[in-house]
Amino acid sequence: MIPSGDHALTETGLAPSGKGRVLVIGCGALAHEILALKRANGWDHLDLACLPAIWHNHPERIEPGIRAAVAQHRADYRTILVAYADCGTGGGLARLCAELDVEMIAGPHCYAFFDGLDAFAARAGDELTAFYLTDFLARQFDAFVWRPLGLDRHPELVASYFGNYDRLIHLAQTDDPALDAAARACAARLGLAHERRVTGYGDLARFLAPRA
Amino acid sequence: MAEDEDELILADLPDEELVPQMHDDLYDGLRDEVVEGVEILLARGWEPYRVLTEALVAGMTIVGKDFRDGILFVPEVLLAANAMKAGMGLLKPLLAETGAPKMGKMVIGTVKGDIHDIGKNLVSMMMEGAGFEVVDLGINTDVDRYLGALETEQPDILGMSALLTTTMPYMKIVIDTMAERGIRDDYIVLVGGAPLNEEFGRAIGADAYCRDAAVAVETAKAFIARKHNQAVVA
Ligand code: B12
Repeated sequence: MIPSGDHALTETGLAPSGKGRVLVIGCGALAHEILALKRANGWDHLDLACLPAIWHNHPERIEPGIRAAVAQHRADYRTILVAYADCGTGGGLARLCAELDVEMIAGPHCYAFFDGLDAFAARAGDELTAFYLTDFLARQFDAFVWRPLGLDRHPELVASYFGNYDRLIHLAQTDDPALDAAARACAARLGLAHERRVTGYGDLARFLAPRA
Repeated sequence: MAEDEDELILADLPDEELVPQMHDDLYDGLRDEVVEGVEILLARGWEPYRVLTEALVAGMTIVGKDFRDGILFVPEVLLAANAMKAGMGLLKPLLAETGAPKMGKMVIGTVKGDIHDIGKNLVSMMMEGAGFEVVDLGINTDVDRYLGALETEQPDILGMSALLTTTMPYMKIVIDTMAERGIRDDYIVLVGGAPLNEEFGRAIGADAYCRDAAVAVETAKAFIARKHNQAVVA
């Protein structure tokens, strides 16, 4: 398990263990999933460092954060993989990774790569008014959505934020009844219909798999 | 502290204290207090346009700055915007009657595939506050709706907003279509949204990228002034 817990992943991230040849520098919102894949596949060559997941709400912090993390860890690993989608950097993160010569997972955000980029793009038109949750967000809904958007203090703002939405789609990485219940409760709090789509780890698994 | 605030009676404050107090109330998103302040200033004989600029727009400019500097986050901006909107609701009919300055007209919308609208709404409001007439096409706006509105509304400015990396390229489709129809240069095209930058604005052929609502207003004014100058020369 992750010793530091969800709160630390959100606010501070996770330091690498120093073991392994390949360092994955990822978003804290992906730590559970990356470690689960590593365990399930016996990918002992992978080590993981995570940056604070809450940067999701402040994408302008991601590029400087990645630049610093790559500089800090580069000498200790043979390869660095960046487990971050574009995440609202407007293509900036992809340009940075090219400049630093590190590989980054493709896609606009984690919703798209969990679902699979092609499948997500194909559905985009039909799901314009859907709000997505991943397993991490279902678990961390208060820290990522409810409190940063001020809904704890001003629940009346739900209409200003979500007035254009009609459903919440839980893109589930795992088959976990507790998370299913949590996502349903999130939908109810936002006044949205609930849907669930089991995606598994989607493109993330392919990205982390050892390359030939 | 809290007690002091409870006892504060806005109507007892002289103008030079009431206006900064309204800025504070706007900053704190206190809608009822902002509306009350507007009523008091009007009752004291202030021109509606002066109430708008000195009490509301000036207050919202402070909010915008602190958002840009990371001191405030989205909910504070949204609450302040809602308070300002309520105050403007009172002023709008009066502004029409009293002949506030008319700066020009803007059509604005969030691009196709994108339904983020908080930033766009704020830009619309600040443009109105600066004397522009704004026609808001809402969210998920496709090229036909943009071009249709350009034809029917005949604005000076087209504004497009995008918050998603996947939707920002759509702005280029709109601009390219305008160019194909030979109407690109009839309009000032301003673009904005957090993932954009100046370079992107240039690359897609917009006239300007604007980082925030205050910059949008300044840029719009500068382009309108230039347009008038050119009209005089030509
Ligand atoms: C609030 C928010 C939401 C709200 C939107 C509520 C609403 N009614 O708009 C909610 C929670 C509903 C939401 C939903 C989604 N969001 Co959102 N959201 C944000 C967030 C946190 C802030 C955006 C915002 O409102 N800022 C406040 C305003 C005031 O600022 P602004 O929009 O930048 O506008 C200013 C300037 O940019 C400029 N400006 C803006 N428009 C224009 C236009 C013109 C003409 C001009 C001149 C200037 C200008 O002036 C404005 C005022 O100063 C951003 C992250 C961020 N920090 O930017 C993510 C973010 C944009 N969202 C994101 C995503 C992925 C989504 C969802 C897909 C998430 C989901 N779980 O389903 C959906 C999108 C659905 C869709 N199809 O559109 C991503 C985008 C990633 C990417 N690759 O592009 C971001 C970056 C978060 C992230 N890191 O993942 N979101």
